[in-house]
Amino acid sequence: MSANTETSAAGAAAGQDRPATGTTLVKRGLAEMLKGGVIMDVVTPEQARIAEDAGAVSVMALERVPADIRAHGGVSRMSDPEMVQGVQAAVSIPVMAKARIGHFGEAQILQALGVDYVDESEVLTPADEVHHIDKWAFTVPFVCGATNLGEALRRIGEGACMIRSKGEAGTGNIVEAVRHLRSITGDIRRIAAAGDEAELFEWAKQLRAPLPLVQEISDTGVLPVPLFCAGGIATPADASLVMQLGAEAAFVGSGIFKSSNPPKMASAIVEAVTHYRDPGILAKISSGLGEAMAGLETAGLTTKMAERGW
Amino acid sequence: MKPRVGVLALQGGFAAHAAILHRLDVRVDEIRTAEQLAAVDALVMPGGESTTMSMLLERSGLLEALAERLDGGMGVLGTCAGMILLAAEVVDGRADQHSLGMVDITVRRNAYGTQIESFEADIDVDGLESPFHAVFIRAPVVERAGPEVEVLARHEERPVLCRSGRVTVAAFHPELSGDGRLHARFLADL
Repeated sequence: MSANTETSAAGAAAGQDRPATGTTLVKRGLAEMLKGGVIMDVVTPEQARIAEDAGAVSVMALERVPADIRAHGGVSRMSDPEMVQGVQAAVSIPVMAKARIGHFGEAQILQALGVDYVDESEVLTPADEVHHIDKWAFTVPFVCGATNLGEALRRIGEGACMIRSKGEAGTGNIVEAVRHLRSITGDIRRIAAAGDEAELFEWAKQLRAPLPLVQEISDTGVLPVPLFCAGGIATPADASLVMQLGAEAAFVGSGIFKSSNPPKMASAIVEAVTHYRDPGILAKISSGLGEAMAGLETAGLTTKMAERGW
Repeated sequence: MKPRVGVLALQGGFAAHAAILHRLDVRVDEIRTAEQLAAVDALVMPGGESTTMSMLLERSGLLEALAERLDGGMGVLGTCAGMILLAAEVVDGRADQHSLGMVDITVRRNAYGTQIESFEADIDVDGLESPFHAVFIRAPVVERAGPEVEVLARHEERPVLCRSGRVTVAAFHPELSGDGRLHARFLADL
């Protein structure tokens, strides 16, 4: 099913008296409201409160931040529902949670818990080496990672309502997210400049992406859903960089609670995402934050999470 | 001369509002600082997280400038989080959340529940010939509207579009359904 068919189905539902839930407009609508904001990884209700106090627009409830998942090893799964509920009770902002790639069983449980967004995430150990979750089948909206435009459009074709870059999680190194954002936005610009339909057919083939979505990009010049950045953001300057490269909001994982002063770093990154084009303000908010998280050089990693997903 | 309309761009659905306004022949400015606010004739306060926006208003020094412009009678359209910030009273908000108190209503945040309960529905709006398609995202509910407040639309008995002088507030997102009629009316009332 293409995104276009789903949109018109939502339009048809509009004529009815009964309110329509779980439509594409409603799912993408929440992503629209998170723009210009910071979504923070938290592992306890206490951290969730710190995140909300600092101005986070949403929190991602998980058992371990990616840096610890990396260090801990083993199979990484959906969080304990009790932990997710603890975070939901602690804050008034939207709560997201992660399911393993292809693990629709975990996603069904997260939907039953009433989370506001599900992240089908490469940070957890994949449950299916071929298939991703059929996200059209859910009322809860999904965000998925992408390293390039083809991967982004395949996820949107499967029903994702928000795309984020797949910067190497837990490294505090922005280089991978930058590559993904430049690749996605660069290909969008090239498709928008395509000469004729035949070139679009070739783009769809090269990207292994649904043709209707390639045609939609050719018409609109933008990704059909909001594009956020995730992976490797450790400072306000990192946040400013990715926003200037075309990200519309930022996920920050280990970067906050692995820094020396989490409340201060969290509010500085929140302000940086708002004032990303104002170097004067950025200089002020970047001062005296203490140590950022210790980083990792991505070339030396044995596990590259961004390579998970198909 | 074209009116200059600002869209508060600290966080939230500002891009969708700007896209609708661009179709309506006005100059649109994104507002993040007090200096930028001083240059516009009217303001749209978008949806998003009211807690985040409230903090950013304070930290950017915009809060006082905005309160001053509102006292001076500037026209404002507030949607969802914008409505919460403009309300006289907020239930279930944070203790440190700012209320600008421009519309005599009591609103409850996230009253419909989580995102799974978010919905779209057609509503009848006073003065519009056909229904308006309204998108409600983790929407606030208006629990009380004072006698001076005009209720322009309701959904299941509850007020969802209210006007008080030059301030219009909506619990839903008129910027998401592609219908520019409420923005056009807001501009016409300026």
